[in-house]
Amino acid sequence: MKKKSLMFFLLLILVLSTALAACGGDKKESGKDADSSKEKTLVFGRGADSVKLDPAAVTDGESLGVAKNIFETLINFGEESTELVPGLATKWDTSDDGLQYTFELEKGVKFQDGTDFNAEAVVKNFERWMSGNAESTPYFQSMFGGFKGEKNAVIKEVKADGEDKVVITLFRAQAPFLKNLAMTPFSIASPTAFEKFGKDFYKNPVGTGPFTFVSWKRNDSITLEKYKDYRIEGLPKLDKVIFRSIPENSARLNALTTGDIDLADGINPTDAKAIESNDKLQLFKRPSMNVGYLGMTVTRKPFDDKKVRQAVNYAIDKQGLVDAFYEGQATVATNAMPPVITGFNEEIDAYPYDPAKAKALLKEAGYDGKEIELWAMPVPRPYMPDGQKMAEAIQKNLEDVGMKSKIVNYEWGTYLEKAAKGEADAFLLGWTGDNGDADNFLYTLLDEDSIGSNNYTFFKNSKTHKLLKDAQIEVDEAKREKLYKEAQVILHDEAPWVPLAYSTPLIAGIKEITGFKPHPTGSDRFDTIDIK
Amino acid sequence: MLQYIGKRLLQLIPVLLGMTFIVFLIVRAIPGDPAQIILGQQATKEAVASLRESLGLDNPWYIQYFHYIGQLLTGDFGTSIKTGVPILNEVWPYLAATMELAFVAMVIAVVIGVNAGIISAWFQNSWFDYTAMILALVGVSIPIFWLGLLGQWSFGVELGILPTSSRFNARDPVEAITNFYLIDTLLVGRFDQFIDVMKHLILPAFCLATIPMAIIARMTRSTMLEVMRSDFVRTARAKGQRMFLVVYKHSLKNAIIPVLTVIGLQTGLLLGGAILTETIFSWPGIGRYIYEAISSRDYPVIQSGILIVAFIFVMINLLVDVLYSIIDPRIKYN
Repeated sequence: MKKKSLMFFLLLILVLSTALAACGGDKKESGKDADSSKEKTLVFGRGADSVKLDPAAVTDGESLGVAKNIFETLINFGEESTELVPGLATKWDTSDDGLQYTFELEKGVKFQDGTDFNAEAVVKNFERWMSGNAESTPYFQSMFGGFKGEKNAVIKEVKADGEDKVVITLFRAQAPFLKNLAMTPFSIASPTAFEKFGKDFYKNPVGTGPFTFVSWKRNDSITLEKYKDYRIEGLPKLDKVIFRSIPENSARLNALTTGDIDLADGINPTDAKAIESNDKLQLFKRPSMNVGYLGMTVTRKPFDDKKVRQAVNYAIDKQGLVDAFYEGQATVATNAMPPVITGFNEEIDAYPYDPAKAKALLKEAGYDGKEIELWAMPVPRPYMPDGQKMAEAIQKNLEDVGMKSKIVNYEWGTYLEKAAKGEADAFLLGWTGDNGDADNFLYTLLDEDSIGSNNYTFFKNSKTHKLLKDAQIEVDEAKREKLYKEAQVILHDEAPWVPLAYSTPLIAGIKEITGFKPHPTGSDRFDTIDIK
Repeated sequence: MLQYIGKRLLQLIPVLLGMTFIVFLIVRAIPGDPAQIILGQQATKEAVASLRESLGLDNPWYIQYFHYIGQLLTGDFGTSIKTGVPILNEVWPYLAATMELAFVAMVIAVVIGVNAGIISAWFQNSWFDYTAMILALVGVSIPIFWLGLLGQWSFGVELGILPTSSRFNARDPVEAITNFYLIDTLLVGRFDQFIDVMKHLILPAFCLATIPMAIIARMTRSTMLEVMRSDFVRTARAKGQRMFLVVYKHSLKNAIIPVLTVIGLQTGLLLGGAILTETIFSWPGIGRYIYEAISSRDYPVIQSGILIVAFIFVMINLLVDVLYSIIDPRIKYN
């Protein structure tokens, strides 16, 4: 009997709800079609949700990508490059010694909450970052040396000079200073909002950018809408942008095909052809600013010997890897940084694929035939679409020259931690640039100061260290380039890496999208996008 | 009965406590540092060290453990390291998403599974029996990942009749009240949204239902076969009772107890084990919540998330035990 009454109850609910819905139907017209004809909405599918919507407080690309549309920086990167163009600052001057920067601010701009954007607001933002800590403003420390009062701090003081002028004084010159300021973490936020919300600011972000924050359903979607008083006339063109997280690459492409989303990030190179031949879709290519590489830990045998490292460079068929796993969406890497970065040394060629030479070098080095561990990256990244299969191909290359290897897998967090401790013999990894500066590749990835964080090979060289340190404070662009070029020559010879590929990350969208220009940093502005 | 339930609830305390201890140790045994992950690859060693200190991760593990248990006793499930939000404040939408999905999946699994099992037993060795049991074998062995993508491709991409990801149409978001969207859409009287939410449920629910459906079908078939060979069934049939009643009334009631056990266990598994389905279908559920916490070494979320799932799991088991005695009066608890 109990079962029957339960069934009856359920049926009753269904009937009632149908009736209720029928009554309610009049109030709101079946939403979807009525809305979409008037409003232009773009749904952007990406691999993960944001962590926090306070750009100062995060390091993950998914948070910064959303923040880039709510906030603006004093200086912007160019549309498709890391060249510097005016942002909230219309003009800037640098003193000859590189210790003082004066910014002239755009006038008449208001934050989305109505607060005036002016010199005082900028000063308050700097105060907020400078008096932060590693948890509240993680990027600040890595880009500007340290917080207020710390010995490595770069910024001495930030002062307002009237309403529209800000003067920043440094303790010591920092060559990439302006490029750092163009990074999304240093977006200018409404002081009223961050003073009011405090720790909860990340849930109530307010900037001067083209879109205002509306809502956030965790692990599902973030909705932004047009900021009607945006400072640039006629922008943004969209009424609404929805960021949706779809973790699985194939599922994301499926969602694009079915029309659930309009733009899909993180497309597998293997899907590129199918998208290009689909007349409802189009493929966007992000200018490459990354490098995928095979690192060799120089503190471990046999890679403590330069000859062995060079032998591995000769042994690996890089063009073969690029053809097989990047489907033509990459070029063979020659240096530790990609060609778009100023200071790239074009005169260096990649080690040619030459197994005989590799064998000879191994013999010369007295390599004892000991099996090495080859670590395969467990997660797909644009610079390394399939770590496991690439490791297998490399394993075969190495075997051909007499080096036996065992492929090792770890979960991603474990992988990075163990590699950072120098536990890997040879490992696959890569890097996407933050600010388009050579320092962000060479110093971050291969200087002795970065051992324990991003220098996983433990490579140490007094000459490159001096060059890279000098380049950090060299304000003369031409001299600085020379220093980096010189460093690349040494790195090529010392060969702590086998640079494998500079890849072109792919994004797919519906045909109707116009005006989308993917940015090399991976954070895109949606203000110029329109849907036909 | 009440006494029995009370006793069972008391027994839960050591079980859950033991579980927190084991999870706590496992979580800390895996390499990887939450501070490093929060600060990103750029971070300096000093920054990581100072963050570890402020998160209390530099204390010995047993101090951290007692601190955690102390918090739990005051009803504080901790704060997510990654998002800085108290876990109790952020866990409900995830839990509701999983419960809704698991509920629909279990309804599908039980209705189809039990009936397929019954009919297979009733018409043993018929073509239906063979087909159903082969399908059940396929069902338990099929990789969910593959099945999910196949479903997306065929019903979403090729036929274009079902959405392939998430819980609702992003262009027309559902207003969250209870976070059970089937209910929320009805509460605001949006029947079109209700249908939309229903459509979003179909593929993941069927995908998630496959394994339990197959297990339930096999279990039902084997216990039904046993029961249908017993004397009282023969008697009932000899009395001339209609076969349908013999099967669905007399036999099923006697065969259902082991099936119920399986249903209980499977429901528990679905609540915590829907990670794959949730990932393929971008379902913002508790499985993905915990999985992502593991990737970022968000210790408090892993610990409390698993604790919450474990609590629900044991509660379902308790409920199943209580149901035994309601369905079968011969079972009594003293």
